[in-house]
Amino acid sequence: MERTITYAEAMREAADICLGRDASVFLMGLGVSDPKGIFGTTLGLQQKYGEQRVFDIPCSENAITGVAVGAALRGMRPVLTHQRLDFALLSMEQIVNQAAKWFYMFGGQTPVPLMIRMVLGRGWGQGAQHSQSLQAWFAHVPGLKVVMPATPLDAKGLFIAGVEDDNPVIYLDHRWLHSVSGIVPDGHYSVPIGKARVAREGDDFTVVAVSYAVLEALRASEWLAAEGVSCEVIDLRTVSPLDMGTVLSSVKKTGRLAVMDTGCKSFGIGAEIVARIAEINPALLRAPVLRLASPDVPAPASPALAAEYYPRAAHLASSIMQCLGRSPDPEWFKSELPLDIPDPKFKGPF
Amino acid sequence: MNRDANTEKNVATALYRQLLYLRRVEEAIADRYAGQKMRCPVHLSIGQEAVAVGVCSRLRKDDHVMSGHRSHAHYLAKGGSLQAMLSEIHGKADGCCGGKGGSMHLVDIGAGFLGAVPIVASTLPIATGAALASQMKGEDRVTVVFFGEGATEEGVFHESLHFASLKKLPIVFVCENNLYSVYSPMYVRQPSNRDIAGLGAAHGVESFSADGNDVCAVSELAGAAVEKARVSGGPLFLEFKTYRWREHCGPNYDNDIGYRPEEEFLAWKERCPLKKMETRLRESGLWDGAWAELLENELSAEIEKAFAHAEAAPVPAPDKLFGPLFAE
Repeated sequence: MERTITYAEAMREAADICLGRDASVFLMGLGVSDPKGIFGTTLGLQQKYGEQRVFDIPCSENAITGVAVGAALRGMRPVLTHQRLDFALLSMEQIVNQAAKWFYMFGGQTPVPLMIRMVLGRGWGQGAQHSQSLQAWFAHVPGLKVVMPATPLDAKGLFIAGVEDDNPVIYLDHRWLHSVSGIVPDGHYSVPIGKARVAREGDDFTVVAVSYAVLEALRASEWLAAEGVSCEVIDLRTVSPLDMGTVLSSVKKTGRLAVMDTGCKSFGIGAEIVARIAEINPALLRAPVLRLASPDVPAPASPALAAEYYPRAAHLASSIMQCLGRSPDPEWFKSELPLDIPDPKFKGPF
Repeated sequence: MNRDANTEKNVATALYRQLLYLRRVEEAIADRYAGQKMRCPVHLSIGQEAVAVGVCSRLRKDDHVMSGHRSHAHYLAKGGSLQAMLSEIHGKADGCCGGKGGSMHLVDIGAGFLGAVPIVASTLPIATGAALASQMKGEDRVTVVFFGEGATEEGVFHESLHFASLKKLPIVFVCENNLYSVYSPMYVRQPSNRDIAGLGAAHGVESFSADGNDVCAVSELAGAAVEKARVSGGPLFLEFKTYRWREHCGPNYDNDIGYRPEEEFLAWKERCPLKKMETRLRESGLWDGAWAELLENELSAEIEKAFAHAEAAPVPAPDKLFGPLFAE
């Protein structure tokens, strides 16, 4: 029987399965054993697996990342959690200089099986230092794999794949996805790293999206379908390595492309995808490409300012209509969804 | 000679042999560096050998060592392959990293040398993680990480001692205080009213200092520290004062450029770890001139052979540029 659980529950289940199957897996991060358990994603795991395998850490992000690298060199499989990507920036030295390069730099002798999970914040006044989406940074560093699941099914499957991978994997889970529900199989399974998913088939426009942007893209596709515009939505699932095969097949069919990211526009995922298409065959594109992303400024805190910081379904649907020489429906911007919280039930704080 | 005296002689001559081995390897690199066959930066350990030799003399083969940019001595003292190191410095396929690393990235897993990297203090947390793995696996292995006093100025130094102390990890932090970070003396970097060992103590880590140019003093202190870390857990912190004779990076002497006084260098040179050990052997009646000459010849031949091999060894195939990047 099909079972529906939330994205957060799916992540918790994945961690449970990994800890249960392999004694070398351990989970550490600020707050993993506290009463809130990283938005519910680590609840009960310390009780089940003990303080040796699931533990809270000092506020020492850089050293703890090095500790994870060192433990991984010795055959352990650490999973390190950061409640915001922004906090992990304190550990960029260990991630970029050490974790990413170790295997190559020492001639392929010692793998670094390490997963670093970072939560992407958004809205509710999170501001400049609690809401960055820096997947493009990590994807730019050779030696890192970067995954951004959008669905509960992929949240679990990519978590397990990331832990079982013999290389450093950056796992980015969006705070606004935690309460989203979906069908998730029981037990162990993994979703391959480096494979995109066609989330919706269509013929007129290819929309490539990641993480929470996939939900916005699917919402926009519904509205556009009512206008007779058929969108193909590709959920990248993995940012690096990038699955260009899936993107290219779709663009060959539609000839039109929009890329919707959760980060800032310049030098982002959209730039990379468009550049690769241009290298392979620019004639595939019949219309200018659309890049839906945050403007190149830090995220502001005030809901009044943040409202236009994050591209939404309405922005995407309107841009596509304009690209097709048609008029967008102004009603789209009057969507009932609140702008600074993931769903109407949310009462804060994060 | 009774058995104890025999053991004492063996230990003392082994320490001398290692000091001489490291000195002659580094001098050979310096002598040949101008030939431009070693096309990577080299940070030589000449003058500082006693710390590497003294500490590693008290480690088991399966104990682990990590280091930083000035790592030749640590790698060799732990038993790292000379051949693989010289091939690596020459950029050859049979180098310890297959030519990917160069002098600043040495590794010999079989010898227990887990790796060295040239970002100051960066291997401190990694070694701490290796020690955490040993604790998790229930091994009685000790991990040692070598670093300079400049590393104690990095945040990650404090984070690493903090975590190792919190978890009581079987690790010995070994600081080689050679008084200079590149050209910057201590007084521009560290407050004068605070000693380095005090930093370890402030983290609840048992901390000690000793003369880093006296291989016997180093060995004695390291022996006690390693034993303690192995039997009752760590961490421990050791500071050894010593002095780098040559330039920070490269084969030359550079006192002429004016960042440190010639008299200071000459005073430290008087305290040469090799000469110090020779004196000790002579005073104990353990010195044997014929043995010393034989040893020189033996090391010279070994080093000569390793250089000849490194120079003749094939370079990596061009496709090795691309990988392996990921473990499959």
